[in-house]
Amino acid sequence: MKDVLIIGGGVAGIQAALDLADRGIHVYLVEKEPSIGGRMALLDKTMSTNDCSICILAPKMNECFSHPNVDVLEYSEVIGLEGRAGDFKVKVKRKAKYVDATKCTGCGDCMEKCPTEVPNEYNSYLDKRKAIFLPFPQAVPRKATIDDRYCLKLTKNRCGLCEKICKAGAIDYNQKDQIIELNVAAIIVAVGLSLYEPRDLYEYGYGKYDNVHTWMEYERLINAAGPTHGHLKCSPDGRRPKKIAFIQCVGSRDVKRCPWCSSVCCMVSIKSAMLANEHYNDLESYIFYSDLRVFSKRFYEYSKRGERDYKITYIHARPGEIKEDKRTKNLIIYYEDEKEGKVKELEVEMVILATPIMPAKDTKKIANVLGIETDEHGFIKTVDFLKYPVETTKPGIFVAGCCERPKDITESVIQASAAAAKAAELAG
Amino acid sequence: MAEKLRIGVFVCDCGTNIAGFVNVPEVCEYAKTLPDVVYVKENMYTCSNAGIQEIMDAIKEYKLNRVVVASCTPRTHEPLFRKACEDAGLNKFLFEFVNIRDQCSWVHQKEKEDATEKAKDLVRMGVAKARLLEPLEEIKIPVERKALVIGGGVAGITSALSLAKQGFEVYIVEKENKLGGLLNHVHSLYPSNIDANEFLNELLEKVKKEKKIHVFLESEVESVEGYIGNFNVKIKGKKKGEIKVGTIIVAIGAKPYEPMYMYNYDEYENVITQFELENLLKENKIGKWKKIVFIQCVGGRGERVRYCSRICCMNSIKNARLLKKLLPESQIYIIHKGLQTYGTVYEDYCRKAREEGIRFVRVRDAVPTVSSLEKKDGKLVVGFYHPGLRRKIELDADLVVLSTPLIQREDAKKISQMLKVPLGQDGFFFEAHVKLRPVDFATDGIYMAGSCRAPADINECIVQAVAAASRAAIPMAKGYVKAEPYTPVIDEEKCMGCGVCVEVCPYGAMRLVEKDGRKVAENVPAACKGCGACGSSCIHKAINMRHFKDEQIMAQIEEAIE
Ligand SMILES: Cc1cc2nc3c(=O)[nH]c(=O)nc-3n(C[C@H](O)[C@H](O)[C@H](O)COP(=O)(O)OP(=O)(O)OC[C@H]3O[C@@H](n4cnc5c(N)ncnc54)[C@H](O)[C@@H]3O)c2cc1C
Ligand SMILES: Cc1cc2nc3c(=O)[nH]c(=O)nc-3n(C[C@H](O)[C@H](O)[C@H](O)COP(=O)(O)OP(=O)(O)OC[C@H]3O[C@@H](n4cnc5c(N)ncnc54)[C@H](O)[C@@H]3O)c2cc1C
Ligand code: SF4
Ligand code: SF4
Ligand code: SF4
Ligand code: SF4
Ligand code: SF4
Repeated sequence: MKDVLIIGGGVAGIQAALDLADRGIHVYLVEKEPSIGGRMALLDKTMSTNDCSICILAPKMNECFSHPNVDVLEYSEVIGLEGRAGDFKVKVKRKAKYVDATKCTGCGDCMEKCPTEVPNEYNSYLDKRKAIFLPFPQAVPRKATIDDRYCLKLTKNRCGLCEKICKAGAIDYNQKDQIIELNVAAIIVAVGLSLYEPRDLYEYGYGKYDNVHTWMEYERLINAAGPTHGHLKCSPDGRRPKKIAFIQCVGSRDVKRCPWCSSVCCMVSIKSAMLANEHYNDLESYIFYSDLRVFSKRFYEYSKRGERDYKITYIHARPGEIKEDKRTKNLIIYYEDEKEGKVKELEVEMVILATPIMPAKDTKKIANVLGIETDEHGFIKTVDFLKYPVETTKPGIFVAGCCERPKDITESVIQASAAAAKAAELAG
Repeated sequence: MAEKLRIGVFVCDCGTNIAGFVNVPEVCEYAKTLPDVVYVKENMYTCSNAGIQEIMDAIKEYKLNRVVVASCTPRTHEPLFRKACEDAGLNKFLFEFVNIRDQCSWVHQKEKEDATEKAKDLVRMGVAKARLLEPLEEIKIPVERKALVIGGGVAGITSALSLAKQGFEVYIVEKENKLGGLLNHVHSLYPSNIDANEFLNELLEKVKKEKKIHVFLESEVESVEGYIGNFNVKIKGKKKGEIKVGTIIVAIGAKPYEPMYMYNYDEYENVITQFELENLLKENKIGKWKKIVFIQCVGGRGERVRYCSRICCMNSIKNARLLKKLLPESQIYIIHKGLQTYGTVYEDYCRKAREEGIRFVRVRDAVPTVSSLEKKDGKLVVGFYHPGLRRKIELDADLVVLSTPLIQREDAKKISQMLKVPLGQDGFFFEAHVKLRPVDFATDGIYMAGSCRAPADINECIVQAVAAASRAAIPMAKGYVKAEPYTPVIDEEKCMGCGVCVEVCPYGAMRLVEKDGRKVAENVPAACKGCGACGSSCIHKAINMRHFKDEQIMAQIEEAIE
């Protein structure tokens, strides 16, 4: 039996790893970040069941990490590939964490004391983290990492506080990047998604109006582990909103930006509106949509439930503009009312923009390293949409999850299992 | 129990997660006073390498025969501590978890003293249970390396091909006289616009060449008995047989809804379903239609069929584009309630249709797609409220195509009962977990793929089919499964053979058997999940759950209310 390499430790990569490992095939799981989990680890609740995202994912992350047949190589990247299906030689760069993972207990003392605050990408930049950090409390592995772009010791040879604080003696400023070589029979690419920054959609005022957020920011705002501990707060006085609006297809299905449909955002907005109403049960939501995409199992029923039980109003319109009331910071949405054919206004306290799901940042780069093709939108291309839906353009390399095209968790997991079966044909 | 009890208690600080709110040294001192406790240790992180080593060393040095860890949560950490016990030579079921983080320090952050008291209570309860723990053995069940696939549509065929390629024997049981299911009735396939027949034939060629696949045509599964790894299957019909398989994949597909009494479908011959249009295209019976109207959601997303059927929007766009190519002069309308052209490929496909001149009219969600369809002067007249124009308009049409949803096949109920697997409200098979186990049934060893799970197009059927093959391959590749030993012990004296436990068991793990001329309940450990439903439903108190015995739980409760 030979080994398999999986690139990307989101829910798709984790599922593929577990399917293979459970049947006895050894897997290397290469993850760019210090923790596996991907996007799902950062979501609050998940449609269409509204169960807590990290609560259902964390056991899988742990199972994966401690599985005797899985080697998780976190904070690492694939930088070279040679060979062919059945016998690939892969070069992986393991980035220095400057922390000895065998000693670190993840206690967090260093993070409390580190003086260097940096923008927190894991909270959608809504708050700050330290230069020595865990991406999120349930990180797997739960080991500290020093960000060498910011750490005072590593950039200016000052500070060195964490070394003094760490009781476990885990800090090692001299750690170096390592290159390791793996020999695998098959590869599964599961590098996931990134999100479009809607700053060029001036009409919606993102970045300009305090109370306009993206849907990813909203996930962190409504999350108890997020920067506001799950409380929705509006500028300028921190009051909680009574009316919020969701605008769909902000950059998606737009030939000038992202011509595709991101598949999940209609349902996610319905979910988000439900969660808001669960937090504050007098809260009303308005969802501005073009076509409500509710095609999967139990989705349409879910959308109806939202309308019936959670004070959601669906409005078929594409708002032309949003203006801010300078004093209250409330937002006035201008849209054409379908029933009356007139431009109407709706005043709300918070607006959430459903921005496009795009290929992960390095998709092109990783495709080049692997010698596989991407499609015209930059997602990983499959050989044939109908006949070979998990096979990339190079034999022995398969694809799963959102890096192939936008999809929800369920479909990412299904495709991951399928990719695992294909890899097993070569490895098993 | 001859052996003298020697209990070790490990209390974790979890950094500041527990120690920040619970006075851990005080809890440790208290634990030392509990009966049979011979060793107590505070760890900064019990789960760290150092903490695990301490457990193992203490088991050996102090001859511990029960271990209690009071820490975070068993959800993620129980396997770890159990393994430490096992590695130190202690049966891993002699370990008890006490949750003093998720259920204590985290929820009582503002009441530190009470939190400490509660932690003591919880530790006392854990020790009480630990005193009554018994060693158990995991059950190892051999798995037959063969699979049964029920239904030979594209999903069933693909699952079988994948399993065969992975080295397993597969039996496909198909009711009809040929494989292919719905695909036999489709003309071309979106989004590649390839010929459905050619596509199917390619698959059938592969099946023919695959020696590991055995096809039973015009046959049905008569009965299935057993559990994961060991299903005994009887097949009836043209080809009879009895086979033993380790896993089962259900792929019985779906069928199009018949729009009876809707839009005069029964009356007007130029009102046809999507399914009938596929047939006309196959037989090249294209009329000189000048205006064609597709009506979406006929039956779907409404009173009759409450869900969205996912494939019919794309299907209309496919046929609209095809007809436009065959009849370039024609005007083609698709009247819909929100098109479902999700993702990259389908959205591109829809955009091309617009560019080619297909006209899309979106009507409001709350109203019927079309309000009237009647015949005037030999022409069909389709009336609907146009939201853009804000009035009812009427289109005269030569052909009206009704897009009806896919619905469950009649056999779904039969299969559901035979395999004891559930159907959802929508009539489709119900998965073990919507997101994390989407092609598994809750019952081990049985999986699903294709349109019997929910409407799915070819791409989705194929991905699901290979996924189901992956899931089914896991126990078969290993050759065995391990079952946790939390199974019911049945007191045959007390059991009245009433069968309530058989009814409530969600996994089909209880059955009634004849013993000494009377019926008593029997448990099938391989199928049992240890959920305890049988135990709590037995009014004769004939069932006691291993590891959660009445005595063990009572001991905990007594300590709690002490
Ligand atoms: C705001 C928002 C809300 C959502 N809500 C829901 C919901 O409620 N329900 C639902 O079903 N779906 C939801 N989704 C969709 C869901 O997040 C995705 O379906 C899912 O995360 C896809 O998993 P994945 O593994 O393909 O990708 P990801 O989760 O993106 O994981 C990819 C992983 O690969 C890693 N990676 C990236 N590049 C590299 C590289 N070069 N080398 C190594 N590793 C790399 C990443 O760090 C990441 O860990 C939501 C999405 C968004 C954006
Ligand atoms: C009009 C129409 C047009 C379509 N066009 C497209 C298209 O262009 N592109 C696309 O991607 N998809 C299309 N589809 C969808 C596609 O045809 C289906 O998704 C796919 O064929 C479903 O495959 P399946 O294997 O899940 O089920 P099925 O094809 O329904 O196969 C199930 C099989 O199980 C058998 N069976 C049922 N009960 C039993 C039993 N008790 N015992 C044994 N066998 C049993 C049945 O006889 C059948 O052969 C179309 C569907 C329709 C209706
Ligand atoms: S590096 Fe040291 S102080 Fe920081 S989390 Fe790890 S063990 Fe704790
Ligand atoms: S040495 Fe770097 S990481 Fe450590 S405390 Fe100082 S700035 Fe933070
Ligand atoms: S899922 Fe909905 S919001 Fe997202 S791109 Fe598609 S249609 Fe727009
Ligand atoms: S796929 Fe389209 S036609 Fe079919 S039920 Fe859904 S919305 Fe209606
Ligand atoms: S414990 Fe649960 S799974 Fe086992 S026999 Fe009883 S009801 Fe069935």
